Amino acid sequence: MAFESFAEFIAMGKHGFYVWLAFATTATALIGLVVFARRRNRLVWRELAEEDYE
Amino acid sequence: MGMFRHQVVREWRLLLRARADALNPIIFLVLCVTLFAIALDGNPEALRRHAAGVFWVLVLLTNLLSLDSMFRRDFEDGTLEQLLLLSEVPFLPIVGKMLVQWLAAGALVVLVSPLLGTILQMRPEALVPLALALLAGTPAVSMLGAVGAALLVGVRRGGALLGLLTLPFYIPVLIFGTAAVNGLADGGGGMAQIYWLAAMSVLAVTLAPFAVWAALKISVENG
Amino acid sequence: MSWIKRLWHRLGSPRWFYEMMQPWQTGFGFAALVLLLIGTVWGLAFAPADYQQGNSFRIIYAHVPMVVLAQSAYMMLGAAGLVLLVWRMKLADVAMVAIVPVGATVTALGLFSGAVWGRPTWGTWWEWTDARLVSTLVLLFLYLGVYALREAIPRAESAGRACALLAVVGLVNIPIIKYSVEWWTTLHQGATFTVTKMAMPLEMAAPLIVNVLGAYCLFGYLVILNMRTEILRRERDTQWVGALREAQHGI
Repeated sequence: MAFESFAEFIAMGKHGFYVWLAFATTATALIGLVVFARRRNRLVWRELAEEDYE
Repeated sequence: MGMFRHQVVREWRLLLRARADALNPIIFLVLCVTLFAIALDGNPEALRRHAAGVFWVLVLLTNLLSLDSMFRRDFEDGTLEQLLLLSEVPFLPIVGKMLVQWLAAGALVVLVSPLLGTILQMRPEALVPLALALLAGTPAVSMLGAVGAALLVGVRRGGALLGLLTLPFYIPVLIFGTAAVNGLADGGGGMAQIYWLAAMSVLAVTLAPFAVWAALKISVENG
Repeated sequence: MSWIKRLWHRLGSPRWFYEMMQPWQTGFGFAALVLLLIGTVWGLAFAPADYQQGNSFRIIYAHVPMVVLAQSAYMMLGAAGLVLLVWRMKLADVAMVAIVPVGATVTALGLFSGAVWGRPTWGTWWEWTDARLVSTLVLLFLYLGVYALREAIPRAESAGRACALLAVVGLVNIPIIKYSVEWWTTLHQGATFTVTKMAMPLEMAAPLIVNVLGAYCLFGYLVILNMRTEILRRERDTQWVGALREAQHGI
């Protein structure tokens, strides 16, 4: 562990804002990519299923 | 080679017939130079400092303007399809078109550059380097731009897209072109950058016609 | 060498790819999840702080994997473009459709985290004299160009080949652009911040390597998933997709 306490971990020295901003944005966007890719896959499946009824 | 000469002569005649079209890019360039001078309050010091960079950016934009219409008319009346099908060496006539485009948007700019450079308050000793850099660099710009124009020939309102496709590829020309003019004008080295520009032009002239030819074939299939 | 020929032959069949890649997709997905979690927690909480930059250096654990991936993804895009142009392999076009949005997002993330890193480190959000930032920006434009070109051309097959050509032209130009930008930045600033050239001790480098590997796995997962979605969409009228649909929904 590089930090003494959890509060220190959040503070990241005095650079907490920058570190967490970078990581939060990166994580959000990557998760967004996964969510969108999976949703698109489901949409195509749904379209395939609906074609049956036509 | 007959086909090539024929194409160059034909393009040249078309260019002369539509003289206003041919001069449009140059008028645009002069206009932009004027706008920049006004934006910088006509301050001679500021103009002189930024002249080389500003000039190069404007040359790139001018080129975009003339590239946009380069293949369009021939595409719309079907001449382009004929060219791609009939010629025994299919890309030679295309090289002819590209050459004429460069004459209108590159060579002409080189010729008027001392005048425009003077308006931009460039020192007299910077004018020859400017013309030299333009002469070495504009072929690369025209050739690379023609690839973008060929890809977009069938696309309606492709003009805005042309900038996105081609401007990133102009960056090396912009970097070396500006550095060459500033370096030579300051009496420092700048010839190396001119050689780089010339090398990029040679590379572009060698490779771009194949890319343009392939792009036109894709576009014609699309139309 | 015959297995290469066989593989090449099979790659011509979207169906084969769709079925073959299912376990790879799952595997890459799990590997990405595990590696990225380990690397990120390790990098954020356990790796020692940098003696000069303090804790802000931890941003590299998010930044470097994105930038590395952004470049490799464009290489793959260009390679797929070349395959499409030369052999007209349909799967290469599917790969390009799958790579572009991922590559563009990753490039944008690399730029963003680079800017956020720059603020505490160099005191500025954007530094034009940093060659890597500038060439990553150009890379983003190249991705956007390929994306916009596909949107602009109505006929799918022409759009694919046009994008392929653009990607290949980009591939040829990237070294020239990178060289010129590097030369330009050294021209204007003699002593640049050589952040990446510092020799990194192993306890700092290890989480980075884990995260880079994780990013590649995530890329593999996303591209395979996107490709399989696209194959399903394009092949919807074929028998094998019909059979797949029936198996999924019952008759």
